[in-house]
Amino acid sequence: MRIKSFYREILLSLIAIALSGVGFANAETKVGFVYVGPIGDHGWTYRHDVGRLAVEKALGAKVKTTFVESVKEGPDSERVIRQLAATGHKVIFTTSFGFMNPTLKVAKKFPDVKFEHATGYKQSKNVATFSGRFYEGRYIAGVIAGKISKTNKIGYVASFPIPEVVRGINAFLLGARSVNPDMSINVVWVNTWYDPGKEGDAAKALIDQGADIITQHTDSPAPLQVAENRGVKGFGQASDMIKFAPKAQLSAIIDDWDSYYVERTKAAIDGSWNSQDVWLGLKEGMVKMAPYTNMPNDVVALAQKTEDAIRDGSLHPFSGPIKDQSGKIVVEAGKVADSGMLLGMNFYVEGVQGSLPK
Amino acid sequence: MDLLPVILTIITASTPLLLAATGELITEKSGVLNLGVEGMMLIGAIAAFATAVSTGSALLAILAGAFSGALVASIFAVLTLIFLANQVATGLALTIFGVGLSALIGSNFVGVALEPLPKLNVDGLSTIPILGKILFNHDVLVYLSFGMIFLVGWFLSKTRAGLILRAVGESHDSAHALGYSIITVRYLAVIFGGFMSGLGGSYLSLVYTPLWAENMTAGRGWIALALVVFGTWRAGRVAFGAYLFGTITILQLHVQGWGINIASQFMTMLPYIATIVVLVLISRDKGRIRMNAPQCIGKPFHPSK
Amino acid sequence: MSLIPQFIPKFVLETRVEVSNKWVILSPIIAIILTLFSGIIIFSLMGKDPLLALYTFFIQPVTTLFGVTELLVKATPLVLIGVGLAIGFKANVWNIGAEGQFTMGAIFGGGAALLCNNIESYLVLPFVLLLGILGGAFWGAIPAFFKTRFNANEILTSLMLSYIAVLFLSYLVHGPWRDPGGFNFPESQLFSDYAMLPVLVENSRLNLGSVFAILVVLLGWILIARSIIGFQLRVVGLAPAAAHYAGFKHSGLVWLSFTISGGLAGLAGIAEVSGPIGQLLPSVSPGYGFTAIIVAFLGRLHPVGVLFASLVMALSYIGGENAQIEIGLPAAVTGLFQGVLLFFLLACDVLVRYRIKSSSFISGKRS
Repeated sequence: MRIKSFYREILLSLIAIALSGVGFANAETKVGFVYVGPIGDHGWTYRHDVGRLAVEKALGAKVKTTFVESVKEGPDSERVIRQLAATGHKVIFTTSFGFMNPTLKVAKKFPDVKFEHATGYKQSKNVATFSGRFYEGRYIAGVIAGKISKTNKIGYVASFPIPEVVRGINAFLLGARSVNPDMSINVVWVNTWYDPGKEGDAAKALIDQGADIITQHTDSPAPLQVAENRGVKGFGQASDMIKFAPKAQLSAIIDDWDSYYVERTKAAIDGSWNSQDVWLGLKEGMVKMAPYTNMPNDVVALAQKTEDAIRDGSLHPFSGPIKDQSGKIVVEAGKVADSGMLLGMNFYVEGVQGSLPK
Repeated sequence: MDLLPVILTIITASTPLLLAATGELITEKSGVLNLGVEGMMLIGAIAAFATAVSTGSALLAILAGAFSGALVASIFAVLTLIFLANQVATGLALTIFGVGLSALIGSNFVGVALEPLPKLNVDGLSTIPILGKILFNHDVLVYLSFGMIFLVGWFLSKTRAGLILRAVGESHDSAHALGYSIITVRYLAVIFGGFMSGLGGSYLSLVYTPLWAENMTAGRGWIALALVVFGTWRAGRVAFGAYLFGTITILQLHVQGWGINIASQFMTMLPYIATIVVLVLISRDKGRIRMNAPQCIGKPFHPSK
Repeated sequence: MSLIPQFIPKFVLETRVEVSNKWVILSPIIAIILTLFSGIIIFSLMGKDPLLALYTFFIQPVTTLFGVTELLVKATPLVLIGVGLAIGFKANVWNIGAEGQFTMGAIFGGGAALLCNNIESYLVLPFVLLLGILGGAFWGAIPAFFKTRFNANEILTSLMLSYIAVLFLSYLVHGPWRDPGGFNFPESQLFSDYAMLPVLVENSRLNLGSVFAILVVLLGWILIARSIIGFQLRVVGLAPAAAHYAGFKHSGLVWLSFTISGGLAGLAGIAEVSGPIGQLLPSVSPGYGFTAIIVAFLGRLHPVGVLFASLVMALSYIGGENAQIEIGLPAAVTGLFQGVLLFFLLACDVLVRYRIKSSSFISGKRS
């Protein structure tokens, strides 16, 4: 008997707590974030979480942010997104390509909630998409590499053969060849976004094959650490990683979601939010370059000039003539790659070693 | 191409596997299957990293990594040896626990950079061309991994304590009847397994890639487990397995770098395929395998049975 | 012997003659109470209201119909795989590679679905499911072959084959099976409705797969408890020597265990991609194949036990997500808490099979 009443008391108090929780959640706008990795990855997810904190800082008491980390692409993500929508979140940022279809499915059921999906290509009335033109940063990195490299060989540690990564490889080489036509890229695919040991091993293999510039499209600073250790140069990815390679980092291509997240949240609060598809770059500040370090002043000046040219629109990294590996012209002189080609890029430009799986 | 740096890379890639597998070998030889290697490695990795950052002492960091591995292993030991919990499930639970706990502790260490450990250069020797670099130019944990697997092989085959350990794994009822404490032997074996996994984790966060990030072991604990089976519970073969796996992992990266026309996923598969193929070749001789596999592995011991 | 008291100073375990029915019920309850107490400690240390945390973890997720259906959706693959593994584990066949068999089921079945994407026929779904089961069984048959033909240990082969299957799926989805209209992103086309498992409750994701799971529990129960095969499995597991004298062929049981557990994992795989996912993705499992190993043992290798264990595991995952959303509990704490929950559940299991006696009593009796 006594045990029973004890349980009843616990149950009642739990219900009371739950109800009170619902009570005072009205004054602020709830903003949800769904992450594919842990915020402790120091890469992709980490940068999105920095963006979330920027929203909290900028909007203060007007918002309450929630995040769910390490959400697997697939059925789990749909449940998490739906749960966020069902618990009164008014804006939900889903920050991985694999969340695209789950986001759209949930959005259909919650027409009043605004969804922001990163790196996807499907929109709807309440689903906007956004992504960064990170290839702009890679082009600048390529220009620097073309000036610095003595072996004319770039080692590229890559994750998976998706258009985003292929675009980065091509932009890097186009940048490098714009200052040194002898440059070439060797690519090693590690088939993971995240395995510091393996990323580092891939960098070592590339250096052993003669690369004296290392760059990576994976999440950890390991390749850059290897560059530091082996006395070659490299670039940071997603964050400024100068701490990990004070002598090796030439610059870093920084993902900066802060101002976009703040703006879109504001828009949702004041009612001006509309569905859109944006691809923002250096000009809008979604892509930033870390300070140009460990290079002669003339290279710094050239890098800065390139950055300015991309920012003011006078230079497009994918300007013709661009040849693919077979030597066929894919973008004619005087033209730039159209957005369809950029979005779904599935070929290597001339000078990349190896072949892409078709 | 210069082979020397390739060999050094292979050594680095193989060392964490060898360290963890050495510990698991002893654990399994005593008749206990601990599938929690991945979790223990992660605990070791963060403990070592946190200690290195806070104290700046490499020695303290290594000790912290090893002993915290041993500490979480003791959870496993108590549950499976005293509470007779199922070993396979408890090991997997230990991995879940270790992933969570290490991430929690590590949240303060994300993005912190660390100087790699000083190499233990043997004066004069490391300047010998080629051989000097291969043999005498590593950090202390690499030497430890060789020393420990050698020691474990010697311990198992040549010492009386090793004989008792094997007897306990072979038939706990007979060993019990002979008056040996099954629980004590297994407890120590499990703790040693955790200690070595912790060392393997320390190697990752201190030397291999001196940084902390969640789940940075990326499945190496599982490979270490598989390597004990691959080595048919013999120290020499376990070491061979660790180096085979490490070598193929590194070489496939090199082959990719040369620009080969095969999808990279198939290249990444190679170490897994190779270990299967070699195991199949080794295993055909049934008698020799059976003599090495501990017969009581995975079975709980209870004296009244 | 003399050293044991150092570790067990106060009590000694005595084997029960029969599994205690009373403790079958009581031991999980004790485990849950212990978990709740440790939960209170952990959550308080994290600066969260412990009662609220426990509520969001275990109760709130199932307070709505949708929540209940989600629990079943999450538990379904665990049940399907867990029952198959339990059958094999009973015979001491160590299939650690259900993750790979799950993935192969998704590849075979998903490939069939893509092949039939323009066929409007109700035969498509059975075909897709059949191929999924075959894919899993095929991937399970490889370790069985290596084991019976070459004596190669199945722990290693099945585990390594998991990595291979996952990489193979990655290759297909990044390459030949990409959606032609999908800008080369790594996703297949969406499956047609004819290849999808029908949804059982409107506005939810609960589908026919969960019905399969229930059926598999019942069939598995009958197989283990009532059939000659089940008897052989148990004898081989408990007393290999006796089984040998009785003339049971061990290799036959290895094949049987691997094809059943592989086939069921394959069914789980195709039920996942033809159910809540609806297309092939680079990765289709958040580790169900490994979690199901815990589930199999937590359920004491009994199909009904597996069902309950799957629900507990599924709830702990969904509860963890919910706790992140509701009270901002980091995912790391969820893992930690899950580990503790499992530790208690596994440790309390001892009470089912053993009786606790004070050690003085035992030694008195013996001397």
